[in-house]
Amino acid sequence: MIRLEQVAKEYRTRSGERIVAIETVTFDVEQDEFITVVGPSGCGKSTLLKLVGALVAPSSGRILLRGRPLDGHSPDVGIVFQSPVLLPWRSVIDNIMFPIEILRRPTRKYLPEAERLIALVGLKGFERAMPYELSGGMQQRVAICRALIHDPPLLLMDEPFGALDAMTREELGFELLRVWNERKKTVMFVTHSIPEAILLADRVFVMTARPGRIVATIAIKLPRPRSVVMESTPEFIQYAETIRNLVGRRTG
Amino acid sequence: MTGRPLAWTREYLLPVVAIMGLVLAWEFLCWLARIPVWLLPAPSAIVEETWKWRDLLPGHFLVTSYEVFGGFALSVLVGVPIAIAIVYSISLKRMAYPILLVFQSVPKVALAPLFLIWIGYGATSNIAIATIVAFFPMVVNTATGLESVEPNLLDLTRSLRAGVLQVFWKVRLPWALPHVFSGMKVAMSLAVVGAVVGEFVGSDKGLGFLILTASSNMNTAMVFGVMAVLAALGILSFWLVCLAEYLVCPWYLRPKEE
Repeated sequence: MIRLEQVAKEYRTRSGERIVAIETVTFDVEQDEFITVVGPSGCGKSTLLKLVGALVAPSSGRILLRGRPLDGHSPDVGIVFQSPVLLPWRSVIDNIMFPIEILRRPTRKYLPEAERLIALVGLKGFERAMPYELSGGMQQRVAICRALIHDPPLLLMDEPFGALDAMTREELGFELLRVWNERKKTVMFVTHSIPEAILLADRVFVMTARPGRIVATIAIKLPRPRSVVMESTPEFIQYAETIRNLVGRRTG
Repeated sequence: MTGRPLAWTREYLLPVVAIMGLVLAWEFLCWLARIPVWLLPAPSAIVEETWKWRDLLPGHFLVTSYEVFGGFALSVLVGVPIAIAIVYSISLKRMAYPILLVFQSVPKVALAPLFLIWIGYGATSNIAIATIVAFFPMVVNTATGLESVEPNLLDLTRSLRAGVLQVFWKVRLPWALPHVFSGMKVAMSLAVVGAVVGEFVGSDKGLGFLILTASSNMNTAMVFGVMAVLAALGILSFWLVCLAEYLVCPWYLRPKEE
């Protein structure tokens, strides 16, 4: 579905110094595949997502969506960031409907879908609540609904659970898998938690820093639906070991 | 729960007690030290003198209010569009900022006589002075607010291929509103200063004019009385901005989680 061909991204600092954010990468992501990208901070994980979302233009190479180059036009995509970035003056339901307004689609047609999404992430009864009345985890659930409301085929998630406590984080991970199971989407999910990366993914892209590059792609052959108990299976531990070694080898 | 009545007392009763104590001490000091009334009138003398002028005060109060609110409104109407222009055009920003800074470093009170020459005597000239004094914080605060939008939110609008106008009306402007209101609070206070300075320089109406007249007659009690009315105007106008803020962006004033 998505294909990156020899894509690289460089930044120039004010002093004219060139910084390689992403060294030439080439990869394919299949339709409805769940990809997690794991790596140390500063390895260009977020830049990789922004490239796919056409929020950042590559310095070289091509990005293809269903065989057609992006050419700077954002694909039909839902994005979730580390912070929920809700609009503080809008209620839960109005925040979720924000993309529909921007895309000038008929509100009435999408309201039932918003209700369904709210129920799906367990926020029923909070439709009219304001963001400041919600906990961090609840706000992030709203952000996920907002990313899904216009039913984009592609979901980009940039450490979406990074700011949450461990328990909420795990809970939301499984909730995300449930949502993904119900409405199939291609997901690219950036994280720096190795267990999270394994538990969610079909394939894990392992990145290292300076320069940012994908050093390995690991297919996770754990059965679905995934559950917490899998974390103590030998296979899981083996995956974690492999990834930890890959990340550790380059960064020391 | 046992702490609540005490907290309430502390919040509302203590300030009142402090002010009343100050007034009483003032009254007592004037009486005890026999300070002449032209030097420092006692509160009772101020009230007595001001009461004599009760028919005259409302008219002057209205004139000054008109100048203050006029100057404030104009500073908003001029300041906000300038801020928008600066935020949206880098070239305009490069051109406008140095000019604004030079302009800001001129003590604008010193411009008052110029307005007397350009516009002439009276309320219009004083509105212009109030505007000039008040508009700078409007520009700076509004521009800061418009630029403070969460970058991720802008990425989100870009991924939805939002138009410039959509981003402005649905994201940037509401996001900037709390900043606009803090600009308005400063602008409102400064508009009072501007209006009174204008009246000092050239006017035959308004509370500033009244203070000038009273002081030239050595009517110190009257000076204090008009100052009190002016303070009331300042508090009232400021409070109106706070009320508008509460009505327009309640989300900002609610207690935040964590």
